[in-house]
Amino acid sequence: MGQSLTRAAQWTSVSDGGQGKLEFNQANEALVNSFIKFVEGFPGRHPQEAAYVFKTPLEWQTTVTPSAFSGDYETSDDAVKSKARDKNDQPLLKVDKLGELNYKIQVSSLEQLSNFLKIAGEKKVVEARTILEVNKDPVAKMLGDGFATVEGDDNSTLRLLDQTNKDDSESAADMQTKLRLLLLAQQFDMQLMNQYLKDKSQEVRLTPQQINNEVRLLQSFAGDDETCALESIKFVSDYEFDNGCRAPPWRQVHGDICYVKIKPLDANEVSVTANTAGVYKNKGVEKEKENSDYEKDGETFKDLVSLLSAVSPKFRDRITSKEFALHEEKKAEQMVTYIEDADDEADYGERPTERGEKGKDEKEEKSSKQQSNKKSKKKSAEKPKKLQATLNWKNEKENENEQSGEKKDKPEKKISRQQSVKKSKTPAFEEDYSESSTESEEEEETSDRRQEQNSDLPSEYWQIQKLVKYLKGGNQTATVIALCAMMDFNLGQETCQLAIRDVGGLEVLINLLETDEIKCKIGSLKILKEISKNTQIRRAIADLGGLQTMVAILKASNKDLKCLAAETIANVAKFRRARRTVRQHGGIRKLVALLDCAPFGSLPMTDDSEKDVTVAKCGALALWSCSKSTKNKQAIRKAGGIPLLARLLKSDHENMLIPVVGTLQECASEKSYRLAIRTEGMIEDLVKNLSGENEELQMHCASAIFKCAEEKATRDLVRQYGGLDPLAALLTKGSENKELLAAATGAIWKCAMSAENVTRFQDLKTIEALVTLLNDQPEEVLVNVVGALGECAAQEPDNRMAIRKAGGIPPLVNLLTGTNQALLVNVTKAVGACAIEPDNMGIIDRLDGVRLLWSLLKNHNPEVQSSAAWAICPCIENAKDAGEMVRSFVGGLELIVSLLKSEDKEVLASVCAAIANIAKDEENLAVITDHGVVPMLAKLASTTDDKLRRHLADAIARCCMWGNNRVAFGQNGAVAPLVKYLKSPDSNVHRATAKALYQLSRDPNNCITMHESGVVKLLVDMVGADDPALQEAAAGCIGNIRRLALANEKARSK
Amino acid sequence: MRKDKERKQNQSEYCWQDTHFCKEEFDSLNNMFQLLTKNNMHARAHKLDRTQFRDVLHSIFHMTDDIIMDRVLRAFDKDSDSYVNQSEWVFGMSVFLKGTLEERMEFCFQVYDLNTDGFISREEMFHLLKNCLIKQPSEEDPEEGTKELIELTLKKMDLDHDSRLSFMDFSTSVKEEPLLLETFGPCLPPPASIASFLEYCAKAPDYQDYESQFVMSSPMSPSSSQSSVPLVWTHSRVARLVQPSKVPVAGPSHSNQTRKRQPLEQHK
Repeated sequence: MGQSLTRAAQWTSVSDGGQGKLEFNQANEALVNSFIKFVEGFPGRHPQEAAYVFKTPLEWQTTVTPSAFSGDYETSDDAVKSKARDKNDQPLLKVDKLGELNYKIQVSSLEQLSNFLKIAGEKKVVEARTILEVNKDPVAKMLGDGFATVEGDDNSTLRLLDQTNKDDSESAADMQTKLRLLLLAQQFDMQLMNQYLKDKSQEVRLTPQQINNEVRLLQSFAGDDETCALESIKFVSDYEFDNGCRAPPWRQVHGDICYVKIKPLDANEVSVTANTAGVYKNKGVEKEKENSDYEKDGETFKDLVSLLSAVSPKFRDRITSKEFALHEEKKAEQMVTYIEDADDEADYGERPTERGEKGKDEKEEKSSKQQSNKKSKKKSAEKPKKLQATLNWKNEKENENEQSGEKKDKPEKKISRQQSVKKSKTPAFEEDYSESSTESEEEEETSDRRQEQNSDLPSEYWQIQKLVKYLKGGNQTATVIALCAMMDFNLGQETCQLAIRDVGGLEVLINLLETDEIKCKIGSLKILKEISKNTQIRRAIADLGGLQTMVAILKASNKDLKCLAAETIANVAKFRRARRTVRQHGGIRKLVALLDCAPFGSLPMTDDSEKDVTVAKCGALALWSCSKSTKNKQAIRKAGGIPLLARLLKSDHENMLIPVVGTLQECASEKSYRLAIRTEGMIEDLVKNLSGENEELQMHCASAIFKCAEEKATRDLVRQYGGLDPLAALLTKGSENKELLAAATGAIWKCAMSAENVTRFQDLKTIEALVTLLNDQPEEVLVNVVGALGECAAQEPDNRMAIRKAGGIPPLVNLLTGTNQALLVNVTKAVGACAIEPDNMGIIDRLDGVRLLWSLLKNHNPEVQSSAAWAICPCIENAKDAGEMVRSFVGGLELIVSLLKSEDKEVLASVCAAIANIAKDEENLAVITDHGVVPMLAKLASTTDDKLRRHLADAIARCCMWGNNRVAFGQNGAVAPLVKYLKSPDSNVHRATAKALYQLSRDPNNCITMHESGVVKLLVDMVGADDPALQEAAAGCIGNIRRLALANEKARSK
Repeated sequence: MRKDKERKQNQSEYCWQDTHFCKEEFDSLNNMFQLLTKNNMHARAHKLDRTQFRDVLHSIFHMTDDIIMDRVLRAFDKDSDSYVNQSEWVFGMSVFLKGTLEERMEFCFQVYDLNTDGFISREEMFHLLKNCLIKQPSEEDPEEGTKELIELTLKKMDLDHDSRLSFMDFSTSVKEEPLLLETFGPCLPPPASIASFLEYCAKAPDYQDYESQFVMSSPMSPSSSQSSVPLVWTHSRVARLVQPSKVPVAGPSHSNQTRKRQPLEQHK
């Protein structure tokens, strides 16, 4: 008990009363309470020890009056004596009057103490406090001064134990009681200390650095604007000492770091002391020291934020909502970056719907930072993606434009769509349209903008507010009038859209959808359809559960209603959570059902069937929006959407075709769809629509072909249906519409993978058209153009010449300096393909193209690395004086050797091929040997990848030509794995391996290894192969092994 | 048989081709008229009086607004004798249930044009719309909301700006926005009750069939005819007609509990 009292308890400074007092704080309170609990429970648990009479009684002044005592006490007016006596017949409890209401009490046993505390009742805390204050070492009083608390080793217990053992029977029992009491007291002491330590460990010590950071952080939230968390925060003193403190030195002694004045939004200015022990309010510290009152006023907090939270409720609200928003965003971001396509899981990371309004306000200031952050993340996420995602530039651009663009978007959208495709925003254009894997990026980052509360609200705001009032408080007649009046506003304007949301109109509109009044539903949907073009409104609709109701409306009997619901869903389902909601409520199935209208051309159109067609069109629009999620694509397929889409594709209404083809091209990223598009005969219709009038339709058709033409059968179908001609025609026609151009060139690129198609393109002079597109085009188009040129050049030697003649080589080489990864991959391929022709190589060399290619080996994208390395191979083969050229690249050889450490198989294979070419020059071979190429190649020998095996064996064969590399390969264990290559099914691997083995077999040790690995039988088979090079190399190798054997025999026989 | 047919044709010198109905529906409606009027006394034989007609509108088509119901009767009642005879009944129903947009516009306009002067004036609108808004006790002028609604309607529909709606104004704006057809209160049956009513008519064309299915709650005597006697439909198939899915009678706000009706601040 003594230890805790001296160490743990916090005493006020002794100066002000002669006697130290326990401070009023939590730690002491806990201490006193535990003391009371200990004492009160003591007689019950340890009756014997409780009866032990103290050496000297505990003595203090009490406010408990004698009258309170009863029972076992003899009470008089101003004195009390307990009936219980000690051996000397002294009462164990004695109260004497000192003065008016002031008594002195003496207690000599824990039992009495416990009784006293019970009598004290409400005053027991005060009493216990006094007891502890007066008797700083109670144990010493109880058991004698020998047990006083001392610093350092305390042997009192041991001494007592010895005494107990030594003493004879008489006092032994007494001693034992004493010992037990001591032990109990120490145990209690220990408990207290532990508790105290636990508390203490949670305390913080502040440093000037921390305080400075916090103040600076809070300063960024300060201002008198609605969005701020506090009004102002500043240091009292501007002067900063070397140690970072701002408090005057004589206060630094007390641990003060600095003083801060904070003005919260909803409270008076507070003056705060930042102490090393924490932050607390002081009674006012001013610059002029005379007025300063450093005394602490109230509790200590661990930092400024928690202090402010206690002082200002407004600050607390703001800061918590802010932290919340920020925290959630980060989470969402991570999910978004790492989880592709798995929309269900990722959705959990999405920002919660019930995010506080204020959080929205404050997010604004952070959004810019986060956006840039996101951009960079986005890039890294995109890297590993396949090349086909080439239309994405539009997505980013559109996202940027979306905010401003949608504001301008007027309701006369439909007209503008026909007039100019560029301006029109159909679902696909608003975000990614080529790949569903990019869906994670769209719309997640829309910054929420609100009307400034006190800025001038437009007159529409008040008018809309009035209308919403009628919506709320009127019967259906009033509701319909209000709805019609609302439609007259310019609902495409953001002010109106947000006004409807801000006055609570969205809730009412969505609520109307749940009524049975068809007119109200139609009116409400007409408005929702228009305002849902705004991204914030979309989110709000989804948050309010509007999608569920609209999905339910899809099966209504009224066709207008169905149309409107589908169109609104088409608008809302632009972000992932909404699409998921649609799916989870069976919306996909219902939307697919809308597609089911009478086949075209069978009957003359009646009003009714025309309505059906409109319904189908709206259904297709909604599916188009929904089809950006992978799971929705599957759901559409399972709901039987593909045959219906195929049937609608036969339509000749552009309005119908655009959403249908849009959906198809969106879904074509799925293999099952590509197959279905081919087998359901949709390619024919797609090709037919390619030659249509509407550019948007052409674009979607081209991009559907672009995606489907990954498969050879599809490419052939495109050719058979005559699709190559319109595609080629689009190159010249669509030069203004970049999206169309991108889609068309993409389709040409993929189609050019079939040799027959390339022939057709040759006839159509497509190469020349493509070359003209190499200048001044967006990267998006360039990627596809260059890809197409690469394919053409790789397959048909004539095309290489054609490219040269059309002047295509300089722009291609120029593009090698770009940064777009997908573009670089295609450019390197194209340049590599062109370099096969020696004449082209001359131009490339003159333009320094090889150096540019070589520089691309430094690119971080393995695909760029590998395609650059592949392109380097023909360059070295065909360049004049290639060895000299390669040596002229400073650090080039070292770079390429270091790429052998790559983990990407394709990079390794390409680099091996390049090394095989480099090693043709002896001097270069010597350099790369110095760079350690031999052990690195040897390390790769265990691979099972046939492409890598082939080029690795080639490289090994070439590298054997220098110095003792043969021996080195053997020492590095490359020989035995090479033998296994002969079992591969690929004859190219066999040839390269046989050459390598032939070279290696010139070293006797290698021959032994090979022989042990069973090479001879394999080689004997190879000798019988059709390939003369293989035959020769295999025979040579066998010859070497045989010669070694003969020499060996000869040596032995001698 | 032949005689019966002749009798019918004499009674009503019109045939089903003149209406939007098919033969079965036409006969069925005629039969229904017979049934509804069978207890009428000689003076009103083969005529529906105001109360009877209102009962029909109320029980089958769930109309509640007295003003509107009276006006619907006026619209049916071509010869302005305050009774609906059989031909007025059938032709009225033809427009009422299956009318083209043009016919329905005319019908609605007639209903709303309370004084039949060819215009819907502000006063008529006020009369029609006065019960549209839930009265807020907090508002100083309880009629202000209704006046606002009238202004909104005029702004939207009064194309020639003469502060009243001509049929031209009405039809032009309705063609542009079909929702405005029943601007001043529901005067046409909701599609769901039309569909089920017609379905029933098409299936039960015979008078005898009606006899077995309808029971009039009490025989109509001249004395009791003034008190409204509701039709009681006993057959389960018909019961569906009477109680279709819940129709919000007093506006959508009633059908939904979640919508809070809160007074909004007044902004001038």
